[in-house]
Amino acid sequence: MKVIKIDKNDWTRGIDKSRETYQLFGPVTDKNQSVFKQLGKEAYPEMGRTDTIMSPKSVLFPQTEKILTASLDESVENHHIMQMPETDTTPRAAIGIRPYDAKAVQLVKLNFDTPEYRDTYWCDAYEATTFVGLAVNKPSATDFSTSMGSGPFAEEGLDILLVDLEDHYLAKVLTPKGEAFLDGAGFNGVADTDASLKTIEGMKQAAEAAITTKVPTDKLKDKTILDLHSAPFWDDLAFSCINCGTCTFVCPTCWCFDIQDETKGKSTSRFRNWDSCMSPLFTKHGSGHNPRGEKTQRVRQRFMHKLKYFLDKYDQGSMCVGCGRCVEKCPVNIDIRSICNTMNSYEPQK
Amino acid sequence: MNTYTEKIRELASNLLREGKVDLVIGFKEGTVPMATAPGIARTPEEAEGFVWDVNCSLNLTNYLTNKKEKIGIIAKGCDSRSIVNHIIENKISRDQLHIIGVPCTGMVDKNKIRGLFEDEITEFKEEGDAILVKTAAKELTIEKQDYLRGNCQTCMHRNPVIHDDLVAEPVVEQELEDPFKDVKAIEAMDADEKWNHFENLLSGCIRCYACRNACPLCYCPTCFVDESNPQWVGKGQDPTDIRTFHFLRAYHCAGRCTDCGACEDACPMDIKVRDFTRKLVKDSFEIYGWEAGLTLDQRPPLDTFKPEDPDEFIK
Amino acid sequence: MDNPYMPYPVRIDDIEIATEDKSLKTFKFVFLNKEDEEKFSYQAGQFAELSIPGVGEIPIGIASSPVEKGFVKFTVFKTGVVTSHLHNMKVGDIMGIRGPLGNWYPWDKLEGKNVVIIGGGFAFTTLRSSIIYMLDPANRSKFGTIDVVYGARSPGMLLYRDELFEWEQRDDINMHITVDGTDDPDWKYNVGFVPTIVEQKAPKADPDTYAIVCGPPIMIKFTQPALEKLGYGEEQIIMSLENRMKCGIGMCGRCNIGKELVCKDGPVFTLKEINLTPKEY
Repeated sequence: MKVIKIDKNDWTRGIDKSRETYQLFGPVTDKNQSVFKQLGKEAYPEMGRTDTIMSPKSVLFPQTEKILTASLDESVENHHIMQMPETDTTPRAAIGIRPYDAKAVQLVKLNFDTPEYRDTYWCDAYEATTFVGLAVNKPSATDFSTSMGSGPFAEEGLDILLVDLEDHYLAKVLTPKGEAFLDGAGFNGVADTDASLKTIEGMKQAAEAAITTKVPTDKLKDKTILDLHSAPFWDDLAFSCINCGTCTFVCPTCWCFDIQDETKGKSTSRFRNWDSCMSPLFTKHGSGHNPRGEKTQRVRQRFMHKLKYFLDKYDQGSMCVGCGRCVEKCPVNIDIRSICNTMNSYEPQK
Repeated sequence: MNTYTEKIRELASNLLREGKVDLVIGFKEGTVPMATAPGIARTPEEAEGFVWDVNCSLNLTNYLTNKKEKIGIIAKGCDSRSIVNHIIENKISRDQLHIIGVPCTGMVDKNKIRGLFEDEITEFKEEGDAILVKTAAKELTIEKQDYLRGNCQTCMHRNPVIHDDLVAEPVVEQELEDPFKDVKAIEAMDADEKWNHFENLLSGCIRCYACRNACPLCYCPTCFVDESNPQWVGKGQDPTDIRTFHFLRAYHCAGRCTDCGACEDACPMDIKVRDFTRKLVKDSFEIYGWEAGLTLDQRPPLDTFKPEDPDEFIK
Repeated sequence: MDNPYMPYPVRIDDIEIATEDKSLKTFKFVFLNKEDEEKFSYQAGQFAELSIPGVGEIPIGIASSPVEKGFVKFTVFKTGVVTSHLHNMKVGDIMGIRGPLGNWYPWDKLEGKNVVIIGGGFAFTTLRSSIIYMLDPANRSKFGTIDVVYGARSPGMLLYRDELFEWEQRDDINMHITVDGTDDPDWKYNVGFVPTIVEQKAPKADPDTYAIVCGPPIMIKFTQPALEKLGYGEEQIIMSLENRMKCGIGMCGRCNIGKELVCKDGPVFTLKEINLTPKEY
C-alpha cells in the first residue's frame, strides 16, 4: 500500500497538470447548490463542498444522453439505419467523489454490466473513469452509510482515497488506475506508509463513530417479497408522497431510464433520459392498463426495489448507500431510514 | 409546544372523536431540522402528532384532489384560497370539508437560512418571533421576519378566507406599498436581460416535476409533459423543452395561482419558479381586478366572459 | 460485445392485413445484412424491439418460427405512437429490429410431453411460432399430443386463419378454435369464451402434460381456474407476460414484477414463479 502526501499548496497545480490527460469532474456550486459535474477549464473541484445535492452518477450516466442517430433523408446512403454517435471515451477523473457514491457506482454496475448484456455507454464511461475519493471527516446528520455497507472512509469502488488533513491530503493509492492519475498530476511525495495508515485509521474510527444513525437491515433477507409487498403500512407511508421524481433524481443508485427519439429536420437521434418509478407513465401500457397506477404502488416499488428486490436478486446488500440525499431533499420528508426500519421490523401475521 | 400546535391538536382530536370527519390532514414533525411532513390522523390519538411551526410551508390542498371522505384540513391563508379553487373547480365539495384555519404570520425560506452557514443545520428552534439556529460550528438567533419566504413577504391574505374553526384570533394583514415590486423589476428589463434572467433561472432544472406535483392546481390526470400522443414536449434536458414545461405550467395556473409558494418549497434545486406565476398573478389583478381563491361566489376571470372584459379580440 | 441498443437494419418485405377490422397487420422483414439474420437466432416465445428511427421502439413477440428461414414476421396491433406509425409504413421501407430478447417457452423441458396451447385475441403470435416449430417434421416426434385452444371475438378476428384451418385438417394436432360469437351460419367450430372451451376440450392434467397460456389479462385470469379444475399444477402452467418496456435487456427498470424483469427473466414464467411475485403486470 502506497500513500502519497499532497501539500494543498500543490493541489491546484496538480489538478491543472492532470487536465492534460483527464477530463475532470467534481463538485461545484451552481446557483448556491452543489452539483457534481464536468469542470470547465478554469474550474476546480470545491473540495470543501463535496456533499453534492446531485450525485456523481451523471459522470457515467448523463441525465440526457444521445445513444444513436440516423438520417431520415431517403436520398442519402444508409438512411433510416441507426449509427453510433461519436462518444468520448478518453480518460476522465471524478475528483472528490464521496465513498458512498463510489459504492453506488459499484451497485449500478450490476445493472449495466451483466453476463448477458453490456451497456456500451455506461460501461465505456466507467472504464474510462478514475475515481478519486475524498473521505468524509465530518459525516452529516443524514449520513447512514455505515448501515448500508459503505462508510465515511470506505474504499470500495475507489482508485484513490484522499484524506483531508487541513494543510495536506494523504492519498491512499488503491489501484494502478489511481497510481496513474497521481503520476499524471505530478503528485509523487511518498509518505511514510505505516504512520499515514495509522493516522487515517484513527480518523476513520472517529468519523464512523460520528454516524449515530443506525438503520437495521438484518431481517430483510429472511422475509418474503410477497409478505413485505402485502404489508399493511404502505398506504400510510405513501400518503404524503407527491410523486415528484426528486428522490430518484438525487439518488446515486437510481438508474432507471427512458428512451426517446427526437427529430430535427431529416436527422433523428435516440436519447436516453433519466426516468422515475414515481411517474405513473413509467409503467403505463399502450392499452391504458397500468400495473402501478396508484401512488402507493409506486412508492412501494421504490423502497422494495432498493431494500428487497435488489437484495434478493444480487445478494449484494441493499441498493441504498446511505448518502441521505433523498432524506434531505424530499419535499414532504419521506425518510428512507424510517421506512427501512418499518420494513425490517415487520412481522407478517401468520 | 406553541399555542397553535396545541389548538390544532385539540380541534383535530375533537373532530375525530365526535365523528365529524373521517380524517384530518395536517403537518407532523419532520425527521430532520426544518422539515415537516404532511400527514393524516384517523383517530384522536393520531391527531396528537400534529405540529405547527414556520416550516409548514407546503400546501395541503394538494391532498384533497378527488377525495371521497369527509376531511378535516389545516389551512393557512394561501391554503384556504387553494381550497376555494378546488371547490369552484369541482375537485371537492365544501360539505366534505371541515377547515381548521390558521392565521399565519409567514413561513421561512429554508434555503436563505441554510445560506447563513457553511455547515449543516443541526438544530432549529422557534422562540416567539425569533429563531435559534445551530450548526456544529456556530449558533445564530435570527428574526423570523427577516427570513420569510418571498411569497410570505408579499402576502395580503394571511388569514384564511374560508374556515370552520380558527386556531387563533385573526392576525393583522400586511400593508404593502407595492406587492408587485419583484415583477416590475423583471418587466423593466430589456429583452436580452429578460432572456438571461430566465435562462439563468432555469439552468439548474432537473425536471423532477416537484414544483408541479407540489402545486395544488396541478391535478390534471395527465400533464401535457407526460402526454405521448401527441407528444407536446421533449423529455430530455434540452433547454427549449425545459422552458416549454415551465412556461406552459405557469400559464395553466393563470388566474388560479394563490402564490402559496409550494412550488418553490418543493424544488430541490432552489429555482425561483414563482418568477413565472407572479407575473400572471399581477396581470390577473391588473386586468380583471382578480385575486384567486377569495370567494366561492364568483367564477374566475378566465372561465367567464363579460362584455366589459378589457381585451377586444374575443368580441 | 455488441451494443445491445443497436438495431439490425431490415426492410419491410410484405405487409398483410391480419384481421377484418384492420387493427392488426403482419409485417414480414428481411435483414439488409445476411449475417444479421444469423445473429438474430431465436426460439419460439421470444420477442424483439421493432425500432423505427425518429419514432421509437416497441416490444413485439416474434410470430415467425425458428424453422422458417430468410425472414422474420411480427403481427402488430395498432395502438400507440410506434404501432400506428408502423401501420402506415409500406413495403420497401427501412427500419430496425433489436433482439431476439427475453426467454422462451421451455422447449427442453417440453420434449416428450403433451402440450396444450391456449391463446386469445392477438396474443397468438408467439403461439403460432411455437406450433409451426412443433409441427416441423424435424421436431414433431419430440412431442406427445398437441392441443390448441384459440379464440377471438369473431371469425374475422382470428389471426392466421389459413394456417388454422390447415392445422384443423391434420391428425397430429387437435385444434379447438372458438369465437365469442358469430352470425355466420357456416361457422363449424366452437362458440364460447376461451376458458369455457379449455374446460370442455382441453386434455385432463397428467404429469406429462403442460399448458402454455398467452392472452389478455382477463383471459389469463379466467383460464387459470379452468386449468386448475382440470388438475394442472402450477408448474405445468406456463405463461407469457407483457409489461411496458423500453430497453428490453433488463436495464431500464420499468417492467419488473418483484425482482423478476419481464423483459429479461421473462416474458415466459411458470405459474409457480408468478405466484411468488407481486401481480404488477
